[in-house]
Amino acid sequence: MEFLTFFVERYNYWIFITLMMMGLYIVIARGNLIKKLIGLNVFQTSVFIYYISIGKIAGGTAPIYVAGDMEKRGHEGGHDGAPAAALPGKDPLGQGAIHADEGLSENFGFAGNDLAALTGGAAPPHGEAVHSLPAGGANDILAAPPVTIGDHASPISDAARAAAEVVYSNPLPHVLILTAIVVGVATTAVGLALVVRIREAYGTIEEDELEAADHVAEFGESPAQARGAA
Amino acid sequence: MNLAAQLPVLPIITPLIAAPLTILMPSEKFGGRAPYVWATLVAWAAFAACAALLHAVATAGPISYHLGDWAPPIGIEYRIDLANALVLTLVSGVAALVMPFSFRSVRAEIDPRQTSLFYAALMICMAGLLGVTITGDAFNVFVFLEISSLSTYALVAMGGRTDRRALTASFNYLVMGTIGATFFVIGLGLLYQATGTLNMADVKHQLAGDNNRMVEAGFAFIVVGMGLKAAMFPMHLWMPNAYAYAPSVVSAFIAATATKVAVYVIIRFIYSVIGIEFGFIEAAFNYLLMPMAIAGMFFASIVAIFQDDVKRMLAYSSVGQIGYMLLGVSFGTEQGLTASLVHLINHGMMKGALFMAAACVMLRVGSHSISAYAGLARRMPATAAAFILSGLSLIGAPLTVGFISKWQLLAAAFDSGRAWAGFLVVASSFLAVIYVGRVIELMLLRPPAPDAAGVKEAPLSMIIPLLVLTGANVYFGLNTELTVDLAERAAHALMGSAR
Repeated sequence: MEFLTFFVERYNYWIFITLMMMGLYIVIARGNLIKKLIGLNVFQTSVFIYYISIGKIAGGTAPIYVAGDMEKRGHEGGHDGAPAAALPGKDPLGQGAIHADEGLSENFGFAGNDLAALTGGAAPPHGEAVHSLPAGGANDILAAPPVTIGDHASPISDAARAAAEVVYSNPLPHVLILTAIVVGVATTAVGLALVVRIREAYGTIEEDELEAADHVAEFGESPAQARGAA
Repeated sequence: MNLAAQLPVLPIITPLIAAPLTILMPSEKFGGRAPYVWATLVAWAAFAACAALLHAVATAGPISYHLGDWAPPIGIEYRIDLANALVLTLVSGVAALVMPFSFRSVRAEIDPRQTSLFYAALMICMAGLLGVTITGDAFNVFVFLEISSLSTYALVAMGGRTDRRALTASFNYLVMGTIGATFFVIGLGLLYQATGTLNMADVKHQLAGDNNRMVEAGFAFIVVGMGLKAAMFPMHLWMPNAYAYAPSVVSAFIAATATKVAVYVIIRFIYSVIGIEFGFIEAAFNYLLMPMAIAGMFFASIVAIFQDDVKRMLAYSSVGQIGYMLLGVSFGTEQGLTASLVHLINHGMMKGALFMAAACVMLRVGSHSISAYAGLARRMPATAAAFILSGLSLIGAPLTVGFISKWQLLAAAFDSGRAWAGFLVVASSFLAVIYVGRVIELMLLRPPAPDAAGVKEAPLSMIIPLLVLTGANVYFGLNTELTVDLAERAAHALMGSAR
């Protein structure tokens, strides 16, 4: 049972590891250059998922600034938050990230509520929105106690007050991964362009045929002989 | 605005802004001179900025520059101490010599329509390498690393015009390089999760010797990722073909800089980001870096002996030389680190000069196979002299920089009680005697090939930078004040920051 809990609690890591291994396997095992690139993409994407999952906070909403937020929370999320976000040893596996996803569906409700409140409309009844937060998460500081909102139709000022206590997800990993995604896209583009050039120069994009052709260029054997030798 | 206060950012933004402007320049008008002159000026400007930085750091201590005036650890910090000031000067110095050198070689090997694109990519590559070196932010390292790597893939592939194997070499480099970079990002993610920060000094501060499995895993991913980029011995397979089939100018530039920067990043992460007081670092030194370094020294040197392509031989030799640098690091002593830094700088100079000589031969004889070097001493005396001098430097002959590095490495080996490692260094140097000796023998003693009758000395625009770099090989072999003294101080500072 303990093992099962261990296993399930860290499901985001299992997804990451599985995808990563699949990607690496494709890169190594496939001879077709395009398939290799796709494998490389899967591999990179797995890392994106890892980063995004460690930025998630239980009950946290999208890190978009809502009016009135600045006065109360100020730089907490940015200036002092990041360096002190988590202390090593206390939480080596980033429990925050694991528990975070429990509240995923509610979070969408949360965000929706805020929006409805801001536009001045009556918020739909939402019931209890309190989630129990895990102690010592990777993103502790950012996770202020969640508040119950949406139990009355709120004018803008009330919405601002409520928004001031909104819990945000840690935006930093997301921003980092946006950069990494751009890098990934650029890598894929360069890779595909290279495959086009290789196809033009060799007439094939199969790795073993390319090797055979290079073998001829180097040792002057026919492809058949080269393949036999290999 | 005080320009001097903005000095640390100049080596990065100058080439980064200049590169897109290069694309606007005419490639074919004036024989492609516009982008060439522009790139040369930019490289010189970057070198001047780096030299000024080195001077400032050597006299006044480390500089911390806050990008956009956001204070670290939130903002990105450029942190320049002696270690990276030395590497910055090496990278920009090699660029400042390779750019003026490049004109004739580029005209011979690159499609004239692509001249401005070529120089733009070369400048971006330079900016990326300088950025990796200068930054004090761990994620920034990844971004700059990919900036330089992506432009390198394109540059290597441009060799496809003369030999289509450049395309497959570039593709392999792309796949391996991306795996390496992604491993590095995974490692950064683990460190970030453990500390909540990306600023190098702050990571070190937050870790404060607090050991756990996550930091270990992060370290492992970072070393493997960077090892791939640095062509550390078992992960060097992308390198020989990429260096052999890239355009000559590109080989000269990246062989002298790219792997050195990756080794610098490994050193930086071990000492300034993670800190050597962790038990696992000691284990990594003894059971990973040292055996791999020694295996690389021997294996790669032996393979180099059997190469019939001079550029590929030099590439394999680089794998072996990376082994020397990592061996110095793996001693875990200040002296070992000094040896490693000295060799990092010196190897950049000798490999740069050797690949530049190979570019001259490529221009005049049209091949980089070893047979093209027969009787070259009579046809191209200056090129041959430069090749021989830097070749001797690669072996470690006295009066050259190679001797200084080997001397430092031997002293470090004996002082740390690893005399056997010292003997292995000497033994592997004999392998270098064989592979360099083969080419030298061919150049000096063999008659030239009959079809090489019209071969004459390379043009002055190539000979002058080549001789300057060869001269640096000799000068810094005699006057060790700049390299060794600064490296000693840099190693001392790194050691101090590591505790």
